[in-house]
Amino acid sequence: MHRPLRIGVLALQGAFREHAVALRRLGAEVTEVRLPGDLEGLDGLVIPGGESTTIMHLAQLYGLDEAIRGYQGPILGTCAGMIVLDRKHLGLADLNVDRNAFGRQVKSFEADVALAGDDRPLRGVFIRAPRIRGLGDDVEVLGVLAGEPVLVRDGRLLLASFHPELTDDPRVHERFLAMIEEAAHVRA
Amino acid sequence: MADYGTLRVKTGLAEMLKGGVIMDVVDAEQAQIAEDAGACAVMALERVPADIRAEGGVARMSDPQRIKEIQATVSIPVMAKCRIGHFVEAQILQELEIDYIDESEVLTPADVEHHVDKWGFTVPFVCGATNLGEALRRISEGAAMIRTKGEAGTGDIVNAVTHMRAVFGSIRALQTLRDDELYAAAKEHRAPYELVRWVAEAGRLPVVTFTAGGIATPADASLCMQLGADGVFVGSGIFKSGRDLLVDRDGWIEDVSRRARAIVEATTHFDDPKVLADVSTGLGQPMVGISASSLPEDERLEVRGW
Repeated sequence: MHRPLRIGVLALQGAFREHAVALRRLGAEVTEVRLPGDLEGLDGLVIPGGESTTIMHLAQLYGLDEAIRGYQGPILGTCAGMIVLDRKHLGLADLNVDRNAFGRQVKSFEADVALAGDDRPLRGVFIRAPRIRGLGDDVEVLGVLAGEPVLVRDGRLLLASFHPELTDDPRVHERFLAMIEEAAHVRA
Repeated sequence: MADYGTLRVKTGLAEMLKGGVIMDVVDAEQAQIAEDAGACAVMALERVPADIRAEGGVARMSDPQRIKEIQATVSIPVMAKCRIGHFVEAQILQELEIDYIDESEVLTPADVEHHVDKWGFTVPFVCGATNLGEALRRISEGAAMIRTKGEAGTGDIVNAVTHMRAVFGSIRALQTLRDDELYAAAKEHRAPYELVRWVAEAGRLPVVTFTAGGIATPADASLCMQLGADGVFVGSGIFKSGRDLLVDRDGWIEDVSRRARAIVEATTHFDDPKVLADVSTGLGQPMVGISASSLPEDERLEVRGW
């Protein structure tokens, strides 16, 4: 058994503690990322849900936006975290995201997401959720809701428009850790 | 099938606000300044608490016109206050698709016995509390977020600290009790036994807990975070600071923007004294404030709520 995976969770604002809890439950070692230096030595990075304008604003103040652009490892982005990674923001993910595309909080909802290659649906919590648009050719759709993509993979990026950290279902975080193991295997 | 307004969806938005600053605003211009400074949400109200205090009279829900202008201006969540027990103001705010309703003691109470039955609404509520029992009573009525009260509109942090210590201290005390002692504890806190037992086991409130009332500086925000708050509300502390709005409008905008940004940074980097020292430097005139202990009993807002 090798050392546990070391995952950084961007802790500028939002639901970073819930991601940390979910990842620790799966055996990962979790650190909070607030400054560029915190990215060193990480096996993977999570950008959590929160307010994307607040997260972008705080990231820019300390050069974290550039540091994340230069980060080469796997990244999990949920909700605001996915927005931050899209073409219009950090430009790492080959897709566009429409913010608050389902409406304001009274239109927030939970619903079952159909996963590719898994018969068991995943309960998705959608909070003022964004919609994924204009998927690049190499983006793989892993989860759909009413025919729309809500969980996708673009190479080393795993992106969800809902909040896997708000339910006890570990499958999204498991898949992210598996992506990291897979990437390490390819390098080794 | 999609399920709307579930407890998980209501508390979920509060989870997304954590580590952030929610700023009181009275109009679209202030809302824009707040969003640009990095606020995670804005709270629309008719007058900021310092003005309610100075001008007196009945403080009510904001005019829907103002609320719509604020909603049209910013993309972050827009919250608004209704009076304690005024379920019709709450119905109107839900119709306006406000993201969170604050049933607030800062406005003049509409009911001196009953709070709004918050379970009947799709929109989530945040409520104030000065102690654990009050917080749990609000949660049992359906509140999906709690803010410890402080004494709004004073710029004096002392009561916010007192209330946070009361809530978090009582939670720690519950954790030391035997199971059979929790029944008496529930009676003492005047709160439902099931909630008291949940808190004793989890060591926290079941909902996100922010702090409000008297936060005027970056250091105040960090103090609240270090004492265990999930985030902060800032009311009069921002827009009642800086140069005189009527004399030097541009100077006022510059000052309040800088202070707002500094409080946002201090809330994120709350345990980094270097950042705190940097952002506290050269902020200009803070809100003048009133010592909370000098207020006569009938002018204290924190005692409203039952």
